[in-house]
This record gives sequence, C-alpha cells and structure tokens, in this order.
Amino acid sequence: MSKNYKDNQPITAEKLMDEFRRYQKGSVSRRHFLGVTGLGTAMAVMGGAMPSLMPKSSHAGNLSNKMVLSTWPNYHNPKTLEAFTSSTGVHIQANVFGSNEEMLAKMQAGGGGVGVIENTNYTFTTYVKLDLLQEMDLSRIPNYDAGTQNAKFAEASTVNGKVYGVCKNWGTTGFVVNSNKVKSNPKSHKDFFDVTMGAGSGHTILHDYQVTTIGAALCALGYSFNSIDPNELAKAEKLLIEAKPHLFAMTSDYQPGMRSGDAWMTLAWVGDGKQLNSDMPEMKYVVASDGGELWSDFYSIPKNTPSLDTSYAFINYMMDPKNQVLDAEGHGYPTSDSRVSALQPASVSTDPILYPPKDLFDGLEFTAAVVLTDPNRAEVMARFKSA
Amino acid sequence: MATMTGRFNKGRWLTGALLAPTSAWFLFMLIMPMVVVAVFSFGERSLEGGYVASFTFDQYANLPTRLTAFKNTMIYAPLGTLASLLIAYPLAYYLAVKVTPKWKLLLLVLVIVPFWTSLLIRTYAWIFILGGKGIPSLLALVGIEGVRLINTPFAVVVGIIYGYLPLMVFPIYVSLEKLDKRLLEAASDLGSTPFRSFMQITLPLSMPGMVTGCMVVFILLMGEFLIPAFLGGGKVFFIGNALVDLFLQSRNWPFGSAVAITLVAIMLVTVSLYMRFAMGGKAERDVSVM
Repeated sequence: MSKNYKDNQPITAEKLMDEFRRYQKGSVSRRHFLGVTGLGTAMAVMGGAMPSLMPKSSHAGNLSNKMVLSTWPNYHNPKTLEAFTSSTGVHIQANVFGSNEEMLAKMQAGGGGVGVIENTNYTFTTYVKLDLLQEMDLSRIPNYDAGTQNAKFAEASTVNGKVYGVCKNWGTTGFVVNSNKVKSNPKSHKDFFDVTMGAGSGHTILHDYQVTTIGAALCALGYSFNSIDPNELAKAEKLLIEAKPHLFAMTSDYQPGMRSGDAWMTLAWVGDGKQLNSDMPEMKYVVASDGGELWSDFYSIPKNTPSLDTSYAFINYMMDPKNQVLDAEGHGYPTSDSRVSALQPASVSTDPILYPPKDLFDGLEFTAAVVLTDPNRAEVMARFKSA
Repeated sequence: MATMTGRFNKGRWLTGALLAPTSAWFLFMLIMPMVVVAVFSFGERSLEGGYVASFTFDQYANLPTRLTAFKNTMIYAPLGTLASLLIAYPLAYYLAVKVTPKWKLLLLVLVIVPFWTSLLIRTYAWIFILGGKGIPSLLALVGIEGVRLINTPFAVVVGIIYGYLPLMVFPIYVSLEKLDKRLLEAASDLGSTPFRSFMQITLPLSMPGMVTGCMVVFILLMGEFLIPAFLGGGKVFFIGNALVDLFLQSRNWPFGSAVAITLVAIMLVTVSLYMRFAMGGKAERDVSVM
C-alpha cells in the first residue's frame, strides 16, 4: 500500500460528490451509494466497535447491558470481569460493602436493581426469613458441579432443603502481625490483646465489625466465637473497652495503616493477610490457637433482580473452573471447588496461609446466623465504639 | 371597593401558585420524612432489624448510651467552626481587599477547585500526610521522634478545617467585597488608626458573611461522619458515626430515629440562639445574609 492516504481511499473525493449528487437526485439507490463509497462498510465496522450499538448473540438470550454486583473489597480479578463483559456485552457495576450487616441493611431498605450479591454463610437464614433471595435453579448453572464442592463450605446456602446460593470461596479470620515490630510472636487472641495493652500499645487495629471484634475478645477469654450469652458478652465488652485507649484505630480498612508502619498488628481476613505477606514478607498471617472464624461466601440472586437471565449468566460464567482460577489470582482466597484446586499451581493449593494446618483449622468455627441478628451483640459493639 | 377586592384576590392566587412548588418540595422532602422519622423513634426494633410499629419511650430513654458521641460533636463542631473562621477570615480579607483585580479571579478559582474533588478523596489524602510515612517521618528527620498525628482529635480538626474552608471563605469574601472602601478612607481622614478602622468598620460590616459562613459550616459539621471515621480511626466518635452504625450495623431504626430527632432538636436550639446572639438587633433592620 502507498504511504499517501489519497492513494488508499476506496473512492476519490470528486467521485464521492458525484455519487452523492446522483443519490440526492434519486438516480441511484441508497444501497448503491453506501456500497460504492465504502460508507456502508465504515458504518458496520464502527457499529461493531461500539459495545452497545451492535446486537450481540447474548442479546438473543435477553441479557441486559448492565448488572449490579454487591461484593467485598478486593474480591475479584478485574480481568475476569472484563472477560465476562467482552464475551456477553454485560457491564458489571461492582458495589463494594464493608460488612454483611450493611449489605443486609441496603437489601432490607428495598435496595432494588441488584443482580447478584455475594453474601456470607451465616446470613442465609436471615435473608430467607425476610424473603429477599431467589431459590436457585441449578439447571441454569451447568458449570456448577455440587459433587466437586466441599460440603463443609457449600452447605450453608441450603435452607429448608432449598438451595439459595453457590459457593464462591471460603476463608479464615485471624490476625496479621508485623514480625519486625512485634517480637513476641503472638499465637492466640489472648496474646493479641496482651500485646495490644503492652508492647504494642498504640499500634493495633480492631475491626469496625462486631462479628470479628467481639469474636476475638470472646476467644481471648476462652469463650466461643459465636457466643450470645449476656454474661460472656459483658466480659468481652469489658475487655474491649479496656483495650480501646491502646488501639491505633477501629476500622475494617486496615491495609493502609499496616503498610505505612503505623499499625503493627490487626485482625484480618485471609485474603488481605495473603496480599500483605506477598508484598511485605515480615507480615505474618496467624490463625489463632484459641479459635477464630471460618466462613464461606456465596453468589446469590436477590428476589427483585432486574434480569434473572443476566444474573444466571454471570454466576454460570464465574462457576467455570478456568474463570475461578483466573479470579483467584486476583483475590487470593481459598476455593471450595476441587476442580479449581486441581488447576492451580501447587504453591497456591498448598499455601499454609490459605489452607492452615489441621490442628488450627479444627479450632475454627463457622459464624452462626444468630450472631447477625442478636441485638445484644450489636449494642455491645455500638457501646464499645462510643465509649 | 369591589375592584380592590378583586385585585387582592387575584394577587393572593398568584402568590399561592408561585409558592406551591416550593411548598410541595418542603412538604414531601422535608416535613414528611421528618414525620416518618419521628414516628419510627417511638417504635421498636424487629428481630432481624428494622421497624416494628409500637409506642414506647424506650428509645429516648436509651439516649445516654450515646452521650460521648453527643459530647464529642458538641465540642468539635464549634471548635472546627471557630478554627475555620480564624483561618478563613484573613484569607477572605486578603482576597477581597488586598489583591489586585488581575489576580483575584485566579486566586478565587484556586480556593474553590479542591472543593470540586470528592470530600472522601481529600480526606483520604490526609491519612497519608498525617500517617507514619508523612509529616511524622519529616519530623523524625529533624530529630523529633514518635509523633502520632493520625487517629487523634487533632487530625479530625485538621480534616474539618481543610474540608470546610472554602464554605467559610466565600460568604466572608462576598461580605468584604461589598465593603465601601470610601468608608475606610473617611475613617483615616478623621484620624483613625488602621486597627481601629478594622475593628469598628470592616469587622461589623462583614458580620453577616461571618454569621452565614459559621452557620453553614456548623450545621454541616453536626452531621459529619466521614472525617472522624477516617482521620479519627473510629476513636473520635461523632453523632453522625453513631447514626451510621445504628442504621447500617445494628439496623436499629427506631433508636437511630430517636438519635436523629434529638440531633435535629439540638441543632434548632443552638442555631436559633446563635442567630439571635450574633445578629442581635440588626435582624429587624438588615435582612442581608452576606
């Protein structure tokens, strides 16, 4: 091809104006005009380049062009979501929440327009009681194989014999300690609080989240993570209020404080622990020896989803093992699907941070549904925060 | 007489029609939601969170548990307002009186442009400036070790001043802009010192702008929750934070409503007292707000 643009045009400027005059006068048809001048091809190419202009095969399946996803911080690999968009034309708008309470509050207040939510195991009975979720039709999710799921993690979404969600990943809750600054090697929640009120005073973070913060205090005192016993809660509240002046912060956004060196220790979820450890090897993720939380997160569909087809399409896409592997590269949480661990490199599927040793693992408890709804626990947290 | 009455009625009808959109807006967007909140405040929390119709004073009886939050807000809101005023006034004075018209527009734009950025992002920036790798590390270079700036009341006040400064500057600027320079000339001709001119002419004439700025900043500060959450690390607890908790975490709508009503009541009382004190007798003669 010649370098001068005038040589490579499908038609010269003079000829184009001639054709245009002929078209105006009605001597030639519009189809002839568009074909001869190359404008028809140009339009087709432009239409194909614009995502919403060219009808895609997905639209034959009634998919909308946008879906709202209620999710958690750093919970997806952006590449996975982009790949979904380019293969189906559906744009994902991710709404990030800080806690299950917040997500539930928004749904309860009538937050419509959400296509898929990623809620945690202990919320299912509450959601079902409030009639906020669709019962899942597993035949519409062919990529999901209940047989390869670890039942321990996947069973929470079955309420009264009906399935309301499919498992995305699971995780543990422990704490992260900067081993350069804290030399005493804390191993339990009791150690955690001892360091908080001792050598680490002024440098510890507790979550702005009653499940983990009150749970940590309860474990430190030797009680169950899930306790709603008023006496035990009162003792936990006392411990928390005692520790409060020694805290650096009460926030669930603990990574900035840890990374800047202001905070030396924080309660943490395993994914953040993995991210911190990968970037800064002195950050050690510890599963506490006196108990902790085990949880699994699920994809669920709200009752008032704007498009059921789009919701199922997204969940089906995310259940494909290949896509789960790609997603896990971004978020780092352990999977409950054995097909996925088979595809992951050994460094991931046997990572001690993601899959803790049996003795620590057995000490962990799934959070109970009653923890979400118990007004006492919520009040203890609120009083601790305003103390 | 008949024509006068006819004209009078038509005028009233016209006034009514012009006021109708605003009244409707007030009714649906302000009065009715307040009524709903007030009704909720006498109810009870349902087991899964939310509202259950009832009539009880329990929620109001429970208010003392949030006393710290009320105290914090009533201390830091006026403090933040006063600090903003002390910093904003010289800035507004400089912009209105001392700057040449050539530079005035540019400097005004420089004051307002950060305001276009989201408050969230501007506050987040302060987390890094006041955090371990920010100012304290600079101080450590000079030899002052171990300074903790973030997650303290100081950080919250800094965040407040930075966030609300443009809101305080502009009413004062407008007030001072209207100042007739000839008054100052006359005063100096009559033998007044610059300081005396300032105290007896400039300051009283800029009072409406100061009052407006203070009122706007104070009212907004009473509802503030983002700055204490980020820069106070959850350790400085405002009423706004308590409300966010009650609605989104505890999902205790009745108690949250009771706290909200109490906050509105406190603000009504405080602002009325403030207006009466600051405007004094001028309220009858001069209804300008800037």
